Amino acid sequence: MSLRTLSAALLCIGITVALGWAVLDRPFPQENVPERVTSAMPESGVDHPITAVLLNFRSYDTLLEIAVLLLAVVVALALREAQPDRPEQMGLENPLLRAVMAWLLPLILIVAGFLLWAGAYQPGGAFQAGSVLAAAGVLLRLAGVTTAWLDNATLMRAGLALGLLTFLGIGLLVMIPGAPFLTYPLEYAGTLILVIELTLTLSIGLTLISLFRLTPPYADDPDEAREQEAEETP
Amino acid sequence: MSGSLIFAWSGVLLFGLGLFGFIAHRHLLRRLLAFNIMGSGAFLVLVGLAQDGRGVDPLPQAMVITGIVVAVASTALALVIFRRWYRTSGRTDLPEDT
Repeated sequence: MSLRTLSAALLCIGITVALGWAVLDRPFPQENVPERVTSAMPESGVDHPITAVLLNFRSYDTLLEIAVLLLAVVVALALREAQPDRPEQMGLENPLLRAVMAWLLPLILIVAGFLLWAGAYQPGGAFQAGSVLAAAGVLLRLAGVTTAWLDNATLMRAGLALGLLTFLGIGLLVMIPGAPFLTYPLEYAGTLILVIELTLTLSIGLTLISLFRLTPPYADDPDEAREQEAEETP
Repeated sequence: MSGSLIFAWSGVLLFGLGLFGFIAHRHLLRRLLAFNIMGSGAFLVLVGLAQDGRGVDPLPQAMVITGIVVAVASTALALVIFRRWYRTSGRTDLPEDT
């Protein structure tokens, strides 16, 4: 064991012990947050406290989080190299996967829809539904299924930006009657949250799918890549 | 010893393990994995401490669910960047700043 590893291990053990102590010796929170959230629930427009926190009480955090996701995709798109993006060549040579996809895809879509709808009154919501949608997209890609609308760059970008734009648009729209940014009027809160969640689900799913699709199987090894390029440009 | 403390201590342990892996390894993929383990530890601390006997605090849970999605996206972005770096340089680690 080198000196470097040993000192790293000692440092990490020290930090772990200190953090463990800090967790044990933490100050008790003065504010009773669960009670405050419960008492504010009738104003939120939904029946589940986590969804209420995510999309009403602290929707600013969620808005910025969607902006971060969009930024990650934009950077990944910018770093994309010119590459032969032919979907029929990207899949695994596995007929079983294709056959199973036909069974799985409707199920996945139903589960995503249910998770989105369930978010209003039990654990679930846009993030979970978006992740399930992304799983469907990844499976489609692995099975080598051609999806014309996913390869349409304009549609894809519109879908990626849709969640953030809708969220921002609704946040700004409520300012017209004079409410502060992102403060939904009580009678429309439920509908507005549902619209935001729908578009967020789509955008989160597309974000994760396109992050996966931006790294197609391709020769990573620099020498091999040069050989491939030489073959392609005679 | 309450249940929430067990979760929090497991999270702290995961964080420490991840930190060690992050320092000890040079390969960028291993560093990314270690960084994700650190992140999981932090999430576990947040969710574990959210139960303080007065009902479940929804704030940390909402934070963790957004955090998980951001962690997935940033991991994917890091992988895109690593692949680009490997293709241009053929190295799996970054050069030292000497």
